[in-house]
Amino acid sequence: MQTKTAAVFTQNKKTYDVEKIRNDFPILKTTVHGKPLVYLDNAATTQKPQYVIDKANNYYKKYNANIHRGVHALSQEATEAFEESRIIVKKFINALGKNEIIFTRGTTESVNLVASTYGRVNINEGDEIIISHMEHHSNIVPWQMLCTEKNARLRVIPINDDGELIFEEFEKMINNRTKFVSIVYASNTLGTVNPVKKIIDLAHSYNIIVMLDAAQAVNHLPIDVQELDCDFLAFSGHKLYGPTGIGILYGKVNHLEAMPPYMGGGDMISKVSFEETTYNELPHKFEAGTPHISGAIGLGAAIEYIDNIGLENIARHENELLLYATEAVSDLTGLRIIGTAKEKISVLSFHFENVHPHDVGTFLDFEGVAIRTGHHCTQPLMKRFNIPATSRASFGMYNTKEEVNVLIAGLKKILEVFG
Amino acid sequence: MDQELRELYQQVILDHNKAPRNFRKIENPSRFAEGYNPLCGDHLDIYLKFDNRSINDISFQGSGCAISKASASLMTSMIKGKTKEEAEKIFHRFHDLVTGKLGDNPDIEDLGKLAVFAGVREFPARVKCASLAWHTMLNALHDKKEKTVTE
Repeated sequence: MQTKTAAVFTQNKKTYDVEKIRNDFPILKTTVHGKPLVYLDNAATTQKPQYVIDKANNYYKKYNANIHRGVHALSQEATEAFEESRIIVKKFINALGKNEIIFTRGTTESVNLVASTYGRVNINEGDEIIISHMEHHSNIVPWQMLCTEKNARLRVIPINDDGELIFEEFEKMINNRTKFVSIVYASNTLGTVNPVKKIIDLAHSYNIIVMLDAAQAVNHLPIDVQELDCDFLAFSGHKLYGPTGIGILYGKVNHLEAMPPYMGGGDMISKVSFEETTYNELPHKFEAGTPHISGAIGLGAAIEYIDNIGLENIARHENELLLYATEAVSDLTGLRIIGTAKEKISVLSFHFENVHPHDVGTFLDFEGVAIRTGHHCTQPLMKRFNIPATSRASFGMYNTKEEVNVLIAGLKKILEVFG
Repeated sequence: MDQELRELYQQVILDHNKAPRNFRKIENPSRFAEGYNPLCGDHLDIYLKFDNRSINDISFQGSGCAISKASASLMTSMIKGKTKEEAEKIFHRFHDLVTGKLGDNPDIEDLGKLAVFAGVREFPARVKCASLAWHTMLNALHDKKEKTVTE
């Protein structure tokens, strides 16, 4: 499989050929309101290269069958492709073993899985769970639900005006009731990259378990779960140039072994009678039911595609775009950047004094520019900055400086109309 | 500016966004309702002075996009002094206009300045912005205590 894919790519790792990359993404040739699409909503979801589309489609076209079941040829081929993707993911984040890689529907399901299984067993009355002020709702609500059920306490690490965690407050918050820390690696709204290694090391010195929401980090920052030493890590395929409806939960094998299953059903069992059930071994214990097979295969393909270009090269390119765009918007009247951390992924949130983000979004749409406007599923964060919503441009591997220029020109037009 | 966009953001809308009318709080209102669009975070409060027959005063406060702010502003100008039945009738006419139920060339002379919202029907995602203030006003009028939620 690997040798076949190698022939598909000719991307030179030393020079970053953005035009060549753009040609791999068929949707980038789309026009919107008669203008070429300028897709700057990558933090919501990324576009898919032809390679991923083909790999996911080929499963349906050529070897559609259920996995881990039949003895027939197609079932075996599907099982192999599905499990091959698990190995690709394992290598991508450098997990110790492939049994630490659980396929889920996405980051949200991964967090819910841990809260519902590890959380229900290990969190008791009076215990404390720590999150931060910049969490996505998907890393707030599952813990809130658990805390309500268990009469435990949810604590929130505050942030400063630049949108950075106040680490000293985290240190002060830790006590002998602290059992779990779940923290976002990189913020979807602010772009802030959190000092996760420092957080993990400190938490572990008190035997506190740490989960990372890596949904926004995984397509910008190389992740090595063994080096980070995180207990759990979650991410989604669709933010990684892969399909929607597929995601990953990484967990250290000793935790996963000790945890009860999340859902009961087929594939997660080894023996069932009406009296009792013996659960299947990892990772299948957490994968009840027929999974999103083409999604998993597509996710594996997306990682192959990214690996070929090199995540460091992509990150360098995106960072250049971020710096370029940050400087360009700084000249615009009444614009305030929300999220000015020292270390950021390529997310640029901003707010105009006199123009509401939804008006910005509608105007830019007519320029062909797709950005996200709203609260980005981070309502507590909006409250912290005392704004109802922001406009957010987020850059991906295929964006260019010319596209940033289209964004800036669009914003200038808006200021003329609303000025 | 693109024609379709120009029809959405007519000068009257831009003016009312910049200088909204009746943008204030009424002390001791006889009716009050809160409107919220969880999808975009738009939030507004409607205050009424109502004597069980006529709306003697109406005002609003809150934050939202140009469409929702201008809609609230024009609504308050239009509704002030009207009876409950008249206000309800205008609500239904306005609602039909922005949801496209009046067709492509609607006869909307009776709606006066509210006709500037005709362009909204081309933007399904923005219909809620235009109608939030109206739904909230109706709840206030009917003295419904729950928060108006549109999304």
